[in-house]
Amino acid sequence: MMHTDNDGGPSITRIAGAATMDDIRTALIERHSLPVQRLLDNARVAIAGLGGLGSTVAVALARIGVGHLHLIDRDVVDMSNLNRQQYFLKDLGSPKTRALRDNLAMINPYLDVRIATVTVTDDNVTGLFADDDIICEAFDVPENKTMLVNAVLERLPHKKLVCASGMAGFGSSNTISTRRVGDNLYLCGDGRTEPSPGAGLMAPRVGIVACHEANMITRLIMQDKEA
Amino acid sequence: MAVATPISVTALIRLGKLRPDRVAVEVNGLIVPRAQRDTRQLNDGDSVEIVSFVQGG
Repeated sequence: MMHTDNDGGPSITRIAGAATMDDIRTALIERHSLPVQRLLDNARVAIAGLGGLGSTVAVALARIGVGHLHLIDRDVVDMSNLNRQQYFLKDLGSPKTRALRDNLAMINPYLDVRIATVTVTDDNVTGLFADDDIICEAFDVPENKTMLVNAVLERLPHKKLVCASGMAGFGSSNTISTRRVGDNLYLCGDGRTEPSPGAGLMAPRVGIVACHEANMITRLIMQDKEA
Repeated sequence: MAVATPISVTALIRLGKLRPDRVAVEVNGLIVPRAQRDTRQLNDGDSVEIVSFVQGG
């Protein structure tokens, strides 16, 4: 069932049409196998930041039926987001948390999607991520990325943390990698490319890094800890 | 990179010309809490991983 924080969320009946929970699950099991789908069903993943990285990670994980998603962002959808983020013109001005939850429901309305429209700080990290097993760092601002990674490693060292750095422009895809940089810490990206004039953040390359994060999260759900 | 030891984590960050608010530092696989960077001394044989972050998401 879909859990929501305040506004009730989209009507499952309206969005799902004739598709029942069983219809969707049968199709997922057909693609993934039952043992794999069971692990996905039970996974609990938080996504901190719902921009080009986080919204794309969320869509990928929702499509494979990750059972419990926790979407965290403080911003609203802006026209400049649509070059790379999983929103639509109808979403302009809406909080990203609500817009993304509603868009994920058009893929699978039977997932447990919780949202938190808050700023993540050192002080709320422990409570915010208490129920999540895997945390995806998907912020844009480097100081926010750094704060989250340090705070999680300091306060929640047993959580698995997948983060990203270096994804701007349209340089070679082949400089992007996933590295295990600690027992529970994984780093995706090229490690260096920040936005510059004429080489900003664009859907293709940000999307590659997002899907590196999504695949690392999937590997962790499947109990594989190597990058 | 080889550096003279002992050296504090804060001094190592400065030596690398890195911004302290854009790095996470692990020593022998464990995070050095930000509040301990000034006092935590690194010695010969310590394995240090500095993860640094640039804009983009």
